[in-house]
Amino acid sequence: MKSVGIVVFPGSNCEFDVAAVLESNGVKTSFLWHGQSSLDDVSGVVLPGGFAHGDYLRPGAIARFSPVMAAVGEFAKRGGPILGICNGFQVLTEAGLLPGALQKNSGLRFLCKEVEVEVETSDSVATSTSNAGEILRLPINHFEGNYTCDIRTLADIEDNDQIVLRYLDNPNGSMNSIAGVCSEKRNVVGMMPHPERACDSLTGLTDGLKIIQSFIANI
Amino acid sequence: MRFNAKVQVWLREGIADPEGHTISEAISALGFSGISGVRMGKIISLELDADTQASAEQKVDQIATSLLSNPVLEDVKIEIVKA
Repeated sequence: MKSVGIVVFPGSNCEFDVAAVLESNGVKTSFLWHGQSSLDDVSGVVLPGGFAHGDYLRPGAIARFSPVMAAVGEFAKRGGPILGICNGFQVLTEAGLLPGALQKNSGLRFLCKEVEVEVETSDSVATSTSNAGEILRLPINHFEGNYTCDIRTLADIEDNDQIVLRYLDNPNGSMNSIAGVCSEKRNVVGMMPHPERACDSLTGLTDGLKIIQSFIANI
Repeated sequence: MRFNAKVQVWLREGIADPEGHTISEAISALGFSGISGVRMGKIISLELDADTQASAEQKVDQIATSLLSNPVLEDVKIEIVKA
């Protein structure tokens, strides 16, 4: 059975939502405590949302030095599928596994709302079963979601088709309305929206399933 | 030798500074005019042992660039004095 490890830092808070969605889609999950140095043979890794290490200093700044992150880095290098959601995205950028950084929202407001994003590429582990141009309605919930990088990096990731999701109506000042990016090898994806919170009609939205199912298809 | 270090972390030139902008607007709302260039940064102070000023600088520089700042967004200024 396929199994996904969900990394838990002190202050993570979306790990149970991620686990519930994956389990209900037939995937075995386990929690990987940030202090452990191996990934226990999992075939995919999710870094969930929350406030790892209290977001002290900057979101992800301290989490990237947690022992588990060395193993996550190795896993990324081997081509293992990794999905970082919200705080998990911030951790992946701080760790240098994804380009850019997430800066405070341009309006300095904590944003908690539904947004529409466009799938920019189907060539990533989180969008492989979607089509480019598809519009997904997903919730966002963040204060630091303003995607920022230098101009050269921006040109590179645009040219390399590394933008995975783009906001239709930019809520936070992100450069080029970027909501999610992938690594050059396309196996590491980070996104600010929370697909795991949009997988059950009981809670309103179901477009998150498309992201989750793509990820499952790649593990 | 014991040293006192102060690390200032500033958003790099050209990176939007929403906090600085908001503080600037609040200053205007207070009725002050002619105020500009408001920026928001952080200061982290620490004490350390090192054999020489140069090795203290090297250590603090490593700490500042690997953990205290994110080079994608931020620059650092380091001041070190003998304790």
